[in-house]
Parts: sequence; C-alpha cells; structure tokens
Amino acid sequence: MTVIAVDRDSVALTLTIVSEFDASVERVWQVWADPRQLERWWGPPNYPATLVDHALTKGGRVTYYMTGPDGEKLHGWWRIISVDPPRSLEFEEGCGPPNEELPATTAEVRLVETPAKTTMTIITRFASIADMEQLLGMGKGEGTRLAVGQIDAILAVMTAS
Amino acid sequence: MVVGRTGRQEEHADRVFRALAHPTRRDVLRRAMQGTLSVSGLARLYPMTTTAVQKHVAVLEEAGLVHLTRHGREQLVTTEIDTIAKAQSLLAEFELLWRGRLDRMDDVLAKPLGGASS
Repeated sequence: MTVIAVDRDSVALTLTIVSEFDASVERVWQVWADPRQLERWWGPPNYPATLVDHALTKGGRVTYYMTGPDGEKLHGWWRIISVDPPRSLEFEEGCGPPNEELPATTAEVRLVETPAKTTMTIITRFASIADMEQLLGMGKGEGTRLAVGQIDAILAVMTAS
Repeated sequence: MVVGRTGRQEEHADRVFRALAHPTRRDVLRRAMQGTLSVSGLARLYPMTTTAVQKHVAVLEEAGLVHLTRHGREQLVTTEIDTIAKAQSLLAEFELLWRGRLDRMDDVLAKPLGGASS
C-alpha cells in the first residue's frame, strides 16, 4: 500500500487520501464489505472494533464498538448514503447515539482498478470542528486548543496550504 | 496540500513570511487572535502614528492573516487564523488515523483468512 496524495482543506474541513493497493478492486472491496475483515482494520490496535450491524445497503446501518485497554466501549455508527459494489461507498458517520438533527460527517470511498493495482480515494467531509473532536474521541474542550500567540502554528498552517 | 506546490502557493507563503517578519505585525496578529481590535485602538498601543499602524495591518491583510471591516468610523481587525490552525491540526490527526487504517488494511489484504474470527 502506498499513500499517493493527501489533501487537508482546513476551510472546507475536508480530508482526501488517495492510496494504492497491490490487489484487485474486488479484493479491496472485501475489506469494507466483509464485517470480519472491516473490524480488523477500523479500530487502532489498542481500541479494536467489534461490528454489531453491517447492512451495506442504501439507508442501512453499520454499528460497532471499540474496546479500550480498560474495557471501556466507544460506540460508533455509519448510515449508508449510497453503495455500488465494488466501486463506491458513501456513508454518514458518528459516535455515540445517532443524532438526526445535526449535520453529520460523511465519508466517500471510491475504488478504481488500474493494471494490477487498485486506487482507493477516501474523502471525509467533516460537519464541524466539534464533530472532528468528537470523532477523535476527545472530551469537550480538551481538543487541541491553539495557544494564543503561537506564531509557529500559524506559519505551519499558512505555508502548508 | 502535501502533494506538489504551485507557484501561487509559494507566493502566498512569501507574503505570510514577510507579514510575520515584523514584531509589531506579529503583536497585532496575537492580539487579533484574542478578539476584535480597532485600528485606532491599536495605534494607542504602539509608539507610532495611526497611518503607520494602518500600513502594518494592510500587510497582514494582504497575506490573508487578518480581515479589515468598517464599523461606523472605526476600522476593525479580525482573524480566523486560530480556527484555521485548529482545523489543520485536527485534519492532521485524522490523516494519521487513516494512515494507520490503511496500513492495517494492507495486513488484512495480505492475510485474508488470518485471525480467530470466522
């Protein structure tokens, strides 16, 4: 697997990652479509994921929990917006109980077959900074608050984009 | 953008570095990050004329670091740079999270029948 390109759009709150796998498009699709394979990569090693529901159909839900080192369970969900095996998948994602009132973060997965390889583009459009913090499992106000007067951070931002 | 840089991006970076290369302009930006300022209020803080302060603010504005708006007779200086910086740092965390997922996906692709699950 090679990460070919990354785009962090801090105004649109969108992250795009393009990667390439030495596998067929059908094989790469399986890591999303097979819940037993999905739970092997979704959660980080110290927070492995367990899939509860996995309905990859329009309007269907995927629900899971990740178990932390102390046994704590973090619940998460997807709501499928569209699915076109083995080419594309789009879903809303969130953690905790689903909230229909707030705009949700969406993820779009696109698979394209190239000779002997598959290119996977993942576009995550975040609803808000608060949503990003929640998805990262941060408590309220514990986010990466930028210290006022941190010119280094500004330089990093302004010259990286 | 981690991929190639365009000439336009380099020019923008030059403007940012020029804007931040002066202690007064860095101080104006720090203060703007704490809340909205007026140009006349700023002029009272520094041993310089209002016109001189206005010039410094204009350099920050050209670099896209602050915005100038008129409110009655006052010119107000605001910035979203702290929000943008926060968004950048959160996006960077998500990039790391996804890079970890992609690495693990690779392991799953290499060993499709591995693990104890069915």
